[in-house]
Amino acid sequence: MKPLHVTGEVLASKKVGAYRHLTLVAPGIPERFRPGTFVALSVGGEAARSRLARRAFWIHRVKPVGGYGATLEIVVEPVGVGTGWLAALAPGARLEVTGPLGRAFALPQEKVGCLLVGEGYAAAPLFPLAERLRERDCPVTLVVAGDDEAHLLSALEARRSARSVTVVTRDGSVGQRGEVADVIDEVLTRSGAEVVYAAGPSRTLHAVAAAAERHGAWSQTAVERPLTCATGLCQGCPVPVVGEDGVARLVRGCVDGPVFRGDRVRWDDLEAQ
Amino acid sequence: MSDPVTELAGLTLSGPVLVASGCGGSGRELTAYGPLADLGGFVTRSITLNARAGGSLPRIVETPSGLLHAVGLQNPGLEHFLSLELPWLAQQGTRVIVSIAGATLGEYAELARRLGRSPGVSAIEVNLSAPDATTTGVFDVREPFHAASVVAAVHRDLPRGMPVLAKVRTDLVRVVESARSVLDAGAAAVVVGNALPAAMPDGRPAGLSGPAIAPLALRCVTEVCAGLPDAQVVGAGGIATADDARAFLAAGATAVQVGAALLHDPTTAARIAADLRGAP
Repeated sequence: MKPLHVTGEVLASKKVGAYRHLTLVAPGIPERFRPGTFVALSVGGEAARSRLARRAFWIHRVKPVGGYGATLEIVVEPVGVGTGWLAALAPGARLEVTGPLGRAFALPQEKVGCLLVGEGYAAAPLFPLAERLRERDCPVTLVVAGDDEAHLLSALEARRSARSVTVVTRDGSVGQRGEVADVIDEVLTRSGAEVVYAAGPSRTLHAVAAAAERHGAWSQTAVERPLTCATGLCQGCPVPVVGEDGVARLVRGCVDGPVFRGDRVRWDDLEAQ
Repeated sequence: MSDPVTELAGLTLSGPVLVASGCGGSGRELTAYGPLADLGGFVTRSITLNARAGGSLPRIVETPSGLLHAVGLQNPGLEHFLSLELPWLAQQGTRVIVSIAGATLGEYAELARRLGRSPGVSAIEVNLSAPDATTTGVFDVREPFHAASVVAAVHRDLPRGMPVLAKVRTDLVRVVESARSVLDAGAAAVVVGNALPAAMPDGRPAGLSGPAIAPLALRCVTEVCAGLPDAQVVGAGGIATADDARAFLAAGATAVQVGAALLHDPTTAARIAADLRGAP
């Protein structure tokens, strides 16, 4: 379905750990949402004409709110000028929203076990994905990872939405100490998952895709690239892949992705970029 | 009220707003936000004879009121463009102007021969101002004389009646001289206002686009229009609003190209076109 470019409005802004959860009214976009798609926002206010790149965010949640139609929720980690501006927006602020953008996670046709692996704020699209999978009676196992407790996304909620949850933090503040790569084989064996979904830094995605191949599972990875336009116009977000025809090529992370089959991404080339 | 019509390089366009090269993807991506037919024309990203993978990351960096870019002319090559992209573009009800870049005069001539025979191509835009030409390996046209030789080669190998637009460097000191030389070599119009040569924070050659360069581009357009009153000029460079477009048209440009602003808001060109038409 075609994306929309609309003027949205901040309905709520809530600090959760290191992140800011923004609830946006953006007419027509929540209705088009599928897990794995994202929105691009303009940095506005005083900086409107001086900050040209769009800021892309996973759609974390879509829910109906009385009087507004459906709203969408994004997770912002304030690290720079743009994300800082967004995180400081008060309810009622208006901003340009384009979306939903990108290709969503493909859902399995049959009832199969699914393992969802998310690291940091990038775990955002996995929660609505878990909902969809549950509606299809697919048993869901979750791995939620982050640097520390503040960078773990919705760990409590994760426990409600999955059969089993493994929490990994680099500093060991919650769950197991370490990285996704340290636990992925064990979790795959234990869950017997046939499909693996992952969102996070490319190093983590690479580890998950490789583990999935070792275990004979399908993997779908949400590859995050620096996006400028997020709409497929600028060629700024190349992702090296092997096409269905076996030919290596560069595709765009925004419109040809962000979700790719893990065995199609040329991870070494991606990390060397 | 009937829509105003723009006459450019012997072509009738439905309006004066075009999509600038390199900022409209393959065209399909823009149609999500409005039909291309609402625009006067679509200029493709620069097509080269062979596919090019483009440069390393980061390719685009935000800078105050601008975007630095070193995409490296990534494109699928002429063959792929002709078989998969052009047929679709040709059906969109807008003028298709194919931007070309080559490493040698022979490559430019070959591109001209193949594109000149292809149905759906309205004009050729010769990219004579790639801001990172040295690193991308395209023919270096710093000298107006070299730019003219490229235009002559392209013009000679195109069918009669297929216009050449020459996109020259936004070099204020030499822009009038450049424009004169490419027009003498057979260009039907001159496009003034490509990205400025700049550097990425790591020092790699890059182009600078966006509102930051609009005043300089406008000055270049003004000088070319004043120096060459008979020339047809297409203004480009940092145009982001209808008022920007009006300023370029008032300076004497026949048409304008909208580029980097599309990366900020994909509806920009359509909105400017509608505004100039007087649509509510």
